[in-house]
Amino acid sequence: MIRVVLPFHLRNLARVDGEVELDVAAPVTICAVLDGLENKFPVLCGTIRDHGTLKRRPFVRFFACKEDWSLEAPATPLPEAVTRGEEPFLIVGAMAGG
Amino acid sequence: MSKIRVLVGTKKGAFILTADGQRKDWKVSGPHFAGWEIYHLKGSAADPNRIYASQSSGWFGQIIQRSDDGGKTWNTPGSTAEELKGEMGFPKGESNKFVYDGAVGKHLWYDGTPHPWEFKRIWHIEPSLTDPDTAFAGAEDAAIFKTTDGGKSWKELAGLRQAKSQLWQPGAGGMAVHTILLDPKNEKRIYVAISAGGCFRTDDGGKNWKPITKGLKSPFELPDPAAEVGHCVHRIALHPSKPDVLFMQKHWDVLRSDNAGEQWNEVSGNLPSDFGFPIDVNFNAPETIYVVPITSDSLHYPPEGKLRVYRSQSGGGDWEPLTRGLPQKNCYVNVLRDAMAVDQLDECGIYFGTTGGQVYGSANGGNSWTAIAEHLPPVYSVEVQTLK
Repeated sequence: MIRVVLPFHLRNLARVDGEVELDVAAPVTICAVLDGLENKFPVLCGTIRDHGTLKRRPFVRFFACKEDWSLEAPATPLPEAVTRGEEPFLIVGAMAGG
Repeated sequence: MSKIRVLVGTKKGAFILTADGQRKDWKVSGPHFAGWEIYHLKGSAADPNRIYASQSSGWFGQIIQRSDDGGKTWNTPGSTAEELKGEMGFPKGESNKFVYDGAVGKHLWYDGTPHPWEFKRIWHIEPSLTDPDTAFAGAEDAAIFKTTDGGKSWKELAGLRQAKSQLWQPGAGGMAVHTILLDPKNEKRIYVAISAGGCFRTDDGGKNWKPITKGLKSPFELPDPAAEVGHCVHRIALHPSKPDVLFMQKHWDVLRSDNAGEQWNEVSGNLPSDFGFPIDVNFNAPETIYVVPITSDSLHYPPEGKLRVYRSQSGGGDWEPLTRGLPQKNCYVNVLRDAMAVDQLDECGIYFGTTGGQVYGSANGGNSWTAIAEHLPPVYSVEVQTLK
């Protein structure tokens, strides 16, 4: 079971509280987790990655195991701690700065 | 007893203001979609309980929301449990999918080079006058989309971008289709206005479009002041009984056309400034129009710090200030292009919102005003539904 933490606005949009749990078949990659997430919550299609290109939206970041996975290729396997459900995969809105 | 519902889009959510036909006591609900930018909400004339909303965010992009109960509850179109199953049992989730039709194409970029179209957000949603499931959406970068399934999916009317779009060039505020007017007497005729693009009309339901800018002059914005495209049209309006008569608030200049945009003539007259954003028409008087003068393109606040709506009862040219109930000193708000609307009661109500978070209403054609909501986030849009 993969644990996914969504940012506030996407939790509201998906109408969920707390973490989301997903069944994702191996290999558990960034792309596979996002596929599973959008499959379960179609309202999130287009909000994390572009509908057509599937590129990550510029101000969305991916964190896991205290590391930034945002710039990794979508097919990159996630750490075993994530695949085992010990650590969540975090989808984060980038800091606004200013 | 009639009821008025005012739909307010703001920088941090949507608000719905309701009152009976007296328009004295207002109830405020919201924020709906708290924290999101709501560029526009508009109700269907064919089904007043059907309201479309454009919800967007710099982080998470564009969302379309729909209410079928007058704004009490909202859903992204197509997201009921049954609707989420496509042909292969896989959810579609395409209500926020705005993809340019065919080759994306290029417009002029700030540095004068060709730049590919990039979808950013929906500025304006214009529901069909006759079918609740049909609506048009004005996009940045400039394009018009249409849904015929209640917002579940959208398709571009790509003919608009055949109208010399290679010469359109974004201004400082971007390049968006921000105004869509439907001709109530001719369903094939649609007008759109584009910031830094101009004004366009289709007579075949959206297949072919042509610029309608003859008579516009932009000497400080364009190298050719009378160019066919590129004028920064801020807003156009029409009265449903006389849809061939159009009124325009341009970057500078207030204008009118008596022949569906074939020719425009300036009617700025005695306005203290002919720069501004919104323009609207009194529902009961097709020649009575309203603007909110703003000091200049460099100073986006009212002249002399006095918030004044100006009314012409002769279709332009002669203007009178309307000030009762509006702040007449130290007022430095702006009123954005989509932030004025009128109701359809016998004594026409006028409403507008400010970037300072006030929504003002007049129940007597503009003679006097009251703040019907205050301290909201900056107001992007105001629309009115008259429920009878």
